[in-house]
Amino acid sequence: MEFFSANNVTKVFSTTRALSDVSISVKEQTIFGLLGPNGAGKTTLIRIINQITAPDEGELLLDGRKMRQSDVAHIGYLPEERGLYKKMKVGEQAIYLAQLKGMSRKDAIQNLKHWFERFEMGGWWNKKVEELSKGMQQKVQFVTTVVHKPKLLIFDEPFSGFDPINANLLKREILQLKEEGSTIIFSTHNMGSVEELCDHIALINKSKKIVDGPTDEIRQKYKSNIFEITYKGDFSEVNNALGTNFEVLEHTESDKANRLQVQYLNGNSNNELLKALMPAAEILSFEEIIPSMNDVFIKAVQESNNLNK
Amino acid sequence: MNKTILILQQEYLKRVKKKSFIVLTLLVPLLFVGMFALIIFLSVNNDKQERTIAVYDESTLFLGALEQEGYTRYHFIPKDEYERLKSNIKESEFYALLYIPENIYSNNSAQMISEKQLPMDLIQQVERRLSRFIENDKRQKIIAETGIPNLEEQLSSTRTSVKLNTLKVSETGEAKKSSSEVAFITSYAMGFIIYFFVFMYGSMVMRSVMEEKKNRIVEVIISSVKPFQLMAGKIIGTALVGLTQVAIWVLVGIVGLTIAQSFFSPESAQQMGQSLMESQQTMGANISAGESQVTEIIGLINNLNIPLILFAFVFYFLAGYLMYSSLLGAVGAAVDNDEDSQQMVFPITFPLILSIMLLFPIARNPEGPIAFWGSIIPLTSPVAMLARVPYGVPVWELLLSMFLLILTTVGAIWVAAKIYKTGLLMYGKKVNLKELIKWLRYKN
Repeated sequence: MEFFSANNVTKVFSTTRALSDVSISVKEQTIFGLLGPNGAGKTTLIRIINQITAPDEGELLLDGRKMRQSDVAHIGYLPEERGLYKKMKVGEQAIYLAQLKGMSRKDAIQNLKHWFERFEMGGWWNKKVEELSKGMQQKVQFVTTVVHKPKLLIFDEPFSGFDPINANLLKREILQLKEEGSTIIFSTHNMGSVEELCDHIALINKSKKIVDGPTDEIRQKYKSNIFEITYKGDFSEVNNALGTNFEVLEHTESDKANRLQVQYLNGNSNNELLKALMPAAEILSFEEIIPSMNDVFIKAVQESNNLNK
Repeated sequence: MNKTILILQQEYLKRVKKKSFIVLTLLVPLLFVGMFALIIFLSVNNDKQERTIAVYDESTLFLGALEQEGYTRYHFIPKDEYERLKSNIKESEFYALLYIPENIYSNNSAQMISEKQLPMDLIQQVERRLSRFIENDKRQKIIAETGIPNLEEQLSSTRTSVKLNTLKVSETGEAKKSSSEVAFITSYAMGFIIYFFVFMYGSMVMRSVMEEKKNRIVEVIISSVKPFQLMAGKIIGTALVGLTQVAIWVLVGIVGLTIAQSFFSPESAQQMGQSLMESQQTMGANISAGESQVTEIIGLINNLNIPLILFAFVFYFLAGYLMYSSLLGAVGAAVDNDEDSQQMVFPITFPLILSIMLLFPIARNPEGPIAFWGSIIPLTSPVAMLARVPYGVPVWELLLSMFLLILTTVGAIWVAAKIYKTGLLMYGKKVNLKELIKWLRYKN
C-alpha cells in the first residue's frame, strides 16, 4: 500500500530549476532509495517533504491525504549536514529535540532511555556533546531522529561518519525499523548499501527523475548481455570460435579454469553463445552478470546527459 | 505556538544559567552600591586617627583657646621643648608641631612642622581654628572701640548666599523640586543602558543564530519547527533574559533606595548630626550637612517620573531590541563566518552607535533639534528618546516616536524573517546587499 507520494513536484530557485515535475511513490514498510548525482535536486525534494521549503507546483500525500505542516511530527529526518548543540548535555538535548517533534517530556525520557540502552550509550546522558567522539555524536543524532517513532523516516547519507562496525549496526537498525512498521526514504551515494537495503529506487538527474522502479527490476533492466564463463581449454581456440558476434571483455587464465567475460552484440541469444563455445572448450559455468547499482547509476546518468546534449 | 514557547524556554534557561549572566547581574548592582558606599564613606567617615599637636605659642594669645577638636588634641609646650622637639618629632608622642609666631595678627601666618606630609583636612582644620579665633578677637575689639551694640549680629546678618531651587510644574499644576543635575545623570545613564542592552542582547541573538548554522543543527530544528518560530522563540527568550536582569536591578535598586532613605531620613540625619555634634562640634555639622545632601539627592531621584521612565525603558528596550536583534539575527543566518558578519553588522549598528554619540548633546539640550530628530527617527529613537524622558517630553512627540518605532520594528521583522529563512540553509555563498534583496522576493 502506498504510504507517501509526491506528485508532479516542481521547484525553481530564481533562475535555477531544482526539480521539474518529479513524482515518487513510496509503499508502506519499504525502503525507498532516492539517488542522483550531486546537485540533482535530491536535497530539495527531501526538504520539501520535510516542509522546510514549499514546492512551486505539485502536491504531497501522506497516508492518503494531503500533507500539512503538522505532519512533521510523523517524520524523522536525518539531514546530510547535521549537528547538535555542542555545549548542551546529551540527554537534555535529546529531550529537547523530541519535544520539538511534539513528544511530551515524560514520553521522550522513557523512549530515550530505551534507545540509549539499545545503542549502549547509557553513560553519555550527562555528558556534553563536545565531549563525545564524532562517531558517538552520530549515534546520538540517529537516536534523536527516530525517538518519536515516526512513521516516515528520511535518512540522507546516514552512514557518513560511522566506522564499518557501527555502519553495520546502523544498517541492522534501519532494517529493524522497517520491520517495526516504518516507511523509509534513503538517500546516499553508497551504492553498495542501496543494493543491500532498498526495495525501490528513483534516480534523479538534473532536476528530472530518470529511473524509477523496484531495485531488482532496474538492475535486470540495465543488464547489458554480459556473461561470465569458466572453462577448460585453449583461449585462442575459444576466441576464434566466438568470431565477430561476441566481444571479449576480460580474460584470465589459471591452472584449474580460465575465466572469460563476454558481451554479445545485438541479435544474438544465450544459446548462440553456448553453441559457439561448446566445440572449443569444456564449459564449467555460465552466468549472466547483473549490473551493480553503481553501474546502473553511471549508465543511467550518462545516458540522460547524452540525451540532453 | 507551543513550539515557540519550548524554544523560548530553552533559550531563556540556557542563558540565565550561564555563569556570565549571573556574574554580570550581581556585579552591576554591587558596583553601584559599592560606588555609593564609597562616596558616603569618604564624606562621612573621615579619618579617625587620634593626633596630638604640640603648640608653641610665641604670641601667648591662644593659651587655653585651642581645645580638643574631633580627634585632634592640642598640647602647649614652652620654647625650649619646642626647640628640642623640632629636630626630633619622630621620637616624641606628637604628630606635628605648631609654631604660632608673635606677629600672627599682622602676618596671618603660622608654621606647622611634621615628619610626614600632613593631611589636607588637618591643615584646613588648624587654619580654620586660628583664623576664627583671630577674627573673633578682632571683631570684639572693633565692637569695643565703636561701641555699637549688636554689631556682631548685624554684621553676620549681612552675609548672604543665594541658592537656586529649581521647581518643575507638572500638568496637574503640582510643583515638584527638580534637579537638572539628577535629570542629566539619569538621562545619560538611561540612554547608555538602552544602548548597552540592545547591543549586547542583539549580538547575543546573532551569535546564537550563527552557532546553529555553523553547527548544522539548524536543518534538524527547522524540520520540526518553522524558521519563524525558531527566530521568535530565540528573540523573545533572549529579551526575557534582559528583562529579568533589569527586574533584578530595579528590585535591588528599590530595596537599596528604601534602606538608604530610612538610614538618611531627615530625623535620623538630625539625630546622628546631634550626637556627632556633641563630640565633634564643627566637624559634626559638616557631616550632617553631607547627609542632608544625600537625603536631598534621594528626594530628587524620587521626584523624577519613575513610572514613566520605567515604562519608556521597557518599551524602548523591547522595540529597539526587537528591531535590531531581528536584523542581527538575519545577518547571523545570512553569513557563514565571523568576518562576513562583521561587515554586515556595521551598517546595521551604525545608527545605534550614532545615537550614543548624540547622547551628550541631547542630555545637555533635551529640547534642541538634535534631541528632537534623534528621538523621532526610529533607528536612533530607543537611545535618544530615553535620554530625553527624564527631562519630560511632550506627549505627542513621545507617541509619534513610539508609533514610528513600532512601524519600523514590524518592517524589520518582516525583512529579517525573509532573509533568515533563506539564509539558514545557504552555505558557501558570499552574501551581499543585492543577494539579500533577491531573497526578499522569494516566495517560500
